[in-house]
Amino acid sequence: MNESSKHSSSSKASRSGSPYSFNHQHLLGIAQLNQVEIVDLLDRAEKMIPVSRNPQQIKQTLNGKTQINLFFENSTRTQSSFEIAGKRLGAIVVNMSVKTSSAAKGETLIDMAATLNAMSPDVIVVRHSSAGAVELLSQKVGCSVINAGDGAHEHPTQALLDALTIRKHKKRLNGLIVAICGDIANSRVARSNLMLLNAMNVRTRVIAPKTLLPKGIEHICAEVFTNMDKGLKDVDVVMMLRLQRERTSGALVPSEREYYHFYGLDKRRLALAKSDAIVMHPGPMNRGVEIDPLVADGAQSVINEQVEMGVAVRMAVLDALVGNGAKK
Amino acid sequence: MSNYLLIKNARIIDPASNKDEIGAILVKKSKIVDIISGQAPNAPQDTTIIDAKGLVLAPGLIDTRVFTGEPGHEFRETLSSASKAAAAGGVTSFVTMPDTSPIIDDAALVDFIIRRAKATAKVNILPSAAMTKGLNGRDISEYGLLKQAGAVCFSDGRKSVSSTATLKSAFTYAKNFNMPIINHLLDEGLGANGDVHAGLMATGLGLKGIPYEAETIPLERDLQLAALTKVRYHGAQISCANSVKIIERHKKTNKNISCGVSINNLSLNENYVGSYRTFFKLSPPLRSEDDRQALIAGLNSGAIDIIHSDHDPQDVEGKRRPFAEAANGAIGLEPLLSAALRLYHSEQVDLMTILRAMTINPAKLLKLKSGRLKIGAKADMILIDLNYPFVVKEQEIISRSHNSVFERAKMTGKVIKTFVKGKEIFTLGES
Repeated sequence: MNESSKHSSSSKASRSGSPYSFNHQHLLGIAQLNQVEIVDLLDRAEKMIPVSRNPQQIKQTLNGKTQINLFFENSTRTQSSFEIAGKRLGAIVVNMSVKTSSAAKGETLIDMAATLNAMSPDVIVVRHSSAGAVELLSQKVGCSVINAGDGAHEHPTQALLDALTIRKHKKRLNGLIVAICGDIANSRVARSNLMLLNAMNVRTRVIAPKTLLPKGIEHICAEVFTNMDKGLKDVDVVMMLRLQRERTSGALVPSEREYYHFYGLDKRRLALAKSDAIVMHPGPMNRGVEIDPLVADGAQSVINEQVEMGVAVRMAVLDALVGNGAKK
Repeated sequence: MSNYLLIKNARIIDPASNKDEIGAILVKKSKIVDIISGQAPNAPQDTTIIDAKGLVLAPGLIDTRVFTGEPGHEFRETLSSASKAAAAGGVTSFVTMPDTSPIIDDAALVDFIIRRAKATAKVNILPSAAMTKGLNGRDISEYGLLKQAGAVCFSDGRKSVSSTATLKSAFTYAKNFNMPIINHLLDEGLGANGDVHAGLMATGLGLKGIPYEAETIPLERDLQLAALTKVRYHGAQISCANSVKIIERHKKTNKNISCGVSINNLSLNENYVGSYRTFFKLSPPLRSEDDRQALIAGLNSGAIDIIHSDHDPQDVEGKRRPFAEAANGAIGLEPLLSAALRLYHSEQVDLMTILRAMTINPAKLLKLKSGRLKIGAKADMILIDLNYPFVVKEQEIISRSHNSVFERAKMTGKVIKTFVKGKEIFTLGES
């Protein structure tokens, strides 16, 4: 097991079971966290797993707190995951889906922040299509803000739940080889994961056609591959990304079938990775575009487990920011 | 009022004549009537005398790229408010960009700007007119009539004309009237949706990048057309090392081309964007430090002719947005000279070169009689204290909009007095 959970058993643990108080008002990105804080959040989340499976055990540390899920972009799983996490901890959860015309987005965001702030929530969970929008909103409110995805920038709870899933299966992060495959250029999941995994001394690889690789990517991951067969060799974890349909219309990728042919994860390709490699996907999947259904539902897939870890991670983050784990 | 103005004991720098010496200038009414080396002689009876010991006396600056909000968006900036900011920055003439509401693509509108300027502005205002009708990028506007009305050049402002056919006819037709064409350099497909310089910063922030080729490809195309048509072509503003090389190469064979650089690109690099600071969202974007150094080298080599402010006032609403949705642009009339003097103090560019890029070079491009200290010329002049230290403070910004990239910046060197046609229109410390 990891270092800090050993410590936590011997040190004076707080009511949330962590020796640390989480010293941030917001969770805007993995970039704001150091290795100790990442391990601490993963430890907290791990303690949430059995609790989350057995509602009677839950300490309702968010009792009486108000959580607003403010989603400017459609999301089913992330929004539900945050809602369930908040409710299991006893929070009053309000969901707001704000569909906006692209021209008025910014105005809506600032106005919305002022309006919501006046209702005195304790935490706002925000997803927005523009990079940096969540940070901007956090400057306008007095409560905690959690980034549930901002443009192609960050999606920190996704990276934390991915790391927790990997740690559960591999019992460590340090020294593993993780390959992230697909639309790296437009993916906030890839960015947050690369930052977290780099901080944890994971050997990170990205695999994608050059049109889907952002400039300077070689400086933020260990290895870059454009050939998937070569890139999968020896990896412990294969992390697939969703290929947005609008990218396959010809501008960046000529067609779905060509993409699947060269970058789809099928059984043959998966066999090139380590025999005990696990397969991950942040969802929702395009079966037959980036992943073969047989692999998605196969023995090495941990995709459904990621969803479960998502609730645990979000409970831990909510608790750390506004519950008992928060610095008073 | 005295009939004469004598500024004595000044260090007179006139890039047009390469003069840099201690002396005096005598002004009668609006014109320079004498330039004296060394000790000033006895002045006529009714003379206002300014002892400018320790100060530089230079031609008033000419800024070739200024956006105001007049007509149409006066809440951002009027010709009057821009002219006050200009006066404080030592800018005695500036070119207004045509992308207002309505767009300046008609002789009557050029006339409107000139009349409004005469009625309200403290400095000389030189309207540019739209290169294409309604900035549509397709149909060239009435260059002859616009020139007659007083337009000094043709440009589509923030917009880059990208149709090669339109550019070719615009260049050919402008040559007819010997008028300069100024094109903003941004390939729409490669860069128009971008937010910042395409590099590691952009990747880390998850923002869309504007690659070098979004500038160099249109520049190369424009310069080929310029060689073909022999038009006087001015690349509005370049931002990267590759563009400097391209300009240098074309200048060897074409004497009719020039290019500009914004004080922003000359002073700052992409790192200022930091964590989504929208005040630093500019077009062209702030690029790498290597690019900035290449621009400085280009200024020294003569590849770059003009430094301008790219003054672009934006209200709070336009900037208080998520980065991708925020407006481009920064105000620049007030800090223009002080920011440029940083290059003098860091010993990267000499004073003559800096002043040349903001006086005689723009005057040549626009065929103006100003931009020089010469007997018979209008007395548009500035007194500069090269060593005046100050910090740029938001509450002291004169421009109606406050989107400055130099807020809280420490500067050394400032305009102490500004004269337009012999009249002192700005004095440091007096509002």
